[in-house]
Amino acid sequence: MHSRKSIPWVLLAAALLALPFSASAQKAEGHVGKLTGRADAGKQLYYRYCWGCHGFRGDGNGENGPYLNILPRNFVAATFKCRSTPTGTLPTDDDLFNAITRGFYTTYMPSWTALTHQQRADLVAFIKTLSSRWKNEKAGEPIKVPAEPALTVDSVKHGKELFTKLECWKCHGQEGRGDGPSAATLTDSNDQPIRPYNFAAGTRFKCGETNQDLYKIFMTGLDGTPMPSFADVIKPEEAWDLVHYLRTLQVTHQSPELTLWKSTKEGSEIVKAATITGTPTGSGIKQ
Amino acid sequence: MLQEVLTLKKHRRAAVAFLAVNSWLFLSLALSPAFASPIPKGNVHAIPAFARKYGMPCSSCHEAWPKLSPFGQQFKDNGYQMGNERDAPIYQHPSYWPVTFRITPNWHRENTNRVAVDGATPGSTVEASITTHGFDWSGLDFHTAGTLAKNISFYVLPSSDNTGAFHFEAVWGRLDNLAGSPWLNIKFGKFELDNLHSEKRIVTLSSVGGSYQNYHFQPLVSPGSASAPGASTEALYTFGIGDNQVGVEWMGHSANDRTRISASLLTSNDGQPGLPTSRGYDGYFAASRAFEAGSLGLQRVGAFAYLGQAPTFPQFTQAGVAVPGTGIGNKSFYRAGGIGMWYIKKFDVTTMFFHGWDSAFLGSNTPGNTPLPAGAQAPTWNGGLVEPHYNLNPQLILIGRYELIRMSRQVFATNPGNFGDIDAATGGFRYYPFISSRAGFAFHTEYSIKRQRGAAPVSGRDLTSGSFFFGFDFAY
Repeated sequence: MHSRKSIPWVLLAAALLALPFSASAQKAEGHVGKLTGRADAGKQLYYRYCWGCHGFRGDGNGENGPYLNILPRNFVAATFKCRSTPTGTLPTDDDLFNAITRGFYTTYMPSWTALTHQQRADLVAFIKTLSSRWKNEKAGEPIKVPAEPALTVDSVKHGKELFTKLECWKCHGQEGRGDGPSAATLTDSNDQPIRPYNFAAGTRFKCGETNQDLYKIFMTGLDGTPMPSFADVIKPEEAWDLVHYLRTLQVTHQSPELTLWKSTKEGSEIVKAATITGTPTGSGIKQ
Repeated sequence: MLQEVLTLKKHRRAAVAFLAVNSWLFLSLALSPAFASPIPKGNVHAIPAFARKYGMPCSSCHEAWPKLSPFGQQFKDNGYQMGNERDAPIYQHPSYWPVTFRITPNWHRENTNRVAVDGATPGSTVEASITTHGFDWSGLDFHTAGTLAKNISFYVLPSSDNTGAFHFEAVWGRLDNLAGSPWLNIKFGKFELDNLHSEKRIVTLSSVGGSYQNYHFQPLVSPGSASAPGASTEALYTFGIGDNQVGVEWMGHSANDRTRISASLLTSNDGQPGLPTSRGYDGYFAASRAFEAGSLGLQRVGAFAYLGQAPTFPQFTQAGVAVPGTGIGNKSFYRAGGIGMWYIKKFDVTTMFFHGWDSAFLGSNTPGNTPLPAGAQAPTWNGGLVEPHYNLNPQLILIGRYELIRMSRQVFATNPGNFGDIDAATGGFRYYPFISSRAGFAFHTEYSIKRQRGAAPVSGRDLTSGSFFFGFDFAY
């Protein structure tokens, strides 16, 4: 009789003991601007919108994962491509928020602007509960992006030299089409084949679309991919030269860099050679 | 002490609410095999073909399919595109074909309190309450939709009734993001009007609750009587703002879909094929704006207006029968209203206001080349809709709806003031035993009831219909 009475107390005690652990996961927060994201609210959103690809545990092994040619992010491993922080470090909450907002070009990760800012901040908070890294490490310090220098032909030309010197062409190809000699052999941290970015076809980058975004990409690297950080290799002003040159490889995107480059004889010939023109019937295509 | 009382009251309220909800759920589940109800009336949209294409669960695009979430609305407005250069068919496996079917085997019970039947005296007509029930199935929707190329989308929906007789419910192509702008999208064909509260995505399926009363209301003309049973109805035209229409639509939206606007030019035949009525055109306009309200969610308000016309007599006849498409003597009608979609976390409620006006010629069934009957006037009415939902989680949604329609001016001033007024209520739930990116399945249970004033066919008393529906609603 006595032991029967004690059962509820044991259960209550067990529940109380378990409370701090469950509560800690639910109370995790994300901070984006003035918004404070709450993991418990983010959890509900995650299990409505995200689990199909990213999986119930956030390990990128959702029911649809096997059918995607670019695997969904593994939040348990917490290795993130798009960061404002140095390679090897955790991204900031803003980085995660921006990734959710922007989506990932040429993948099935869409832009989630349909969600409110608060909802996206809640998702950030929940994503951070999926890996122990967030408990043991702090996010990296965002790199400083110096003001962009004036665009000049010399800047573009110097960027072109760097493109060769740093052997970017080995992966991205001489025309930036993602078809360099090493391209076919590249794999990501999941041992999945990965293709370098094709500048010629794109207008956006994986981690944004501005010159600042491009600057960050090669100064922080895309963790989990063969794209390294060049922060220790080139100076900031050189990085901007590279940005200016890389923009000229986007021959389908009318950027100021491309316009300037085409105004030179050298640039005009290069861009003309790299631009495919014609119609679906083949007329106008010069062999 | 006060605190204790408040706490006690709070707990009591919570307990009562808990018991009420659970009793309702239990009774619905327990009784549904014995009481279920009718037939999906419209052709409702939920397209696992998209889920399969993008590998996303139903719950991404649907708060509870077929009802769209803001993300699903944005996807639709963007031409069934996510916008990451992976939307065109060239990025799909060659065997992928964007096809989905949907059907709902069900049990339903129907009751109407006053139906005209033969009386005991030969030649007489009396009223009787009629109840039917039994196992049944819905029509079949066969959706094909998606992108033909980047920024060219399409939708073809052959749809049948439950005898298997098919018609085309939707047939359209759309040029999306013309000139790279989300503000320039042109749709051409037969399509659903840009109704934020989509009847094609309605979450209730019974014969009474499977459509919105306000979307199809046309005034009654005059009450019936024992000597002339049946209230007379408008006969010169048929129109429902919930019906798919034929024409061209310009639609624009902001990149994040917070602002939406559209205008349509439509053939005046309520979506019927073959130009059967006239050479008239209608117009439909809709606009809405969403705004964020902290942690509550995305709120949206909007307005819409349909300006239409309908022929009242044929220009030519052959053997006394009107030659199709030669209707003239067009007379006008319009429907207008406002909508609010309010979210409080898991709870949301859609509110709508309607106003309708018909020409006196349409209202009194009078051809435009003849004088109006004495006392005939243009009927007007107002309507309202309140539809709350509670998304307990992506697998369970509780649904309620109340609609009312109130005549503000009768076709004939001699009609009773409330003649034709409607009150309709619906309650139910949908439970999705699994959420997947491959298919959809829902246990659907619903009860709906509708009362229309003075519409009983013989006595002119109120006409009430009730419908109970239980079904397996699935799409693949």
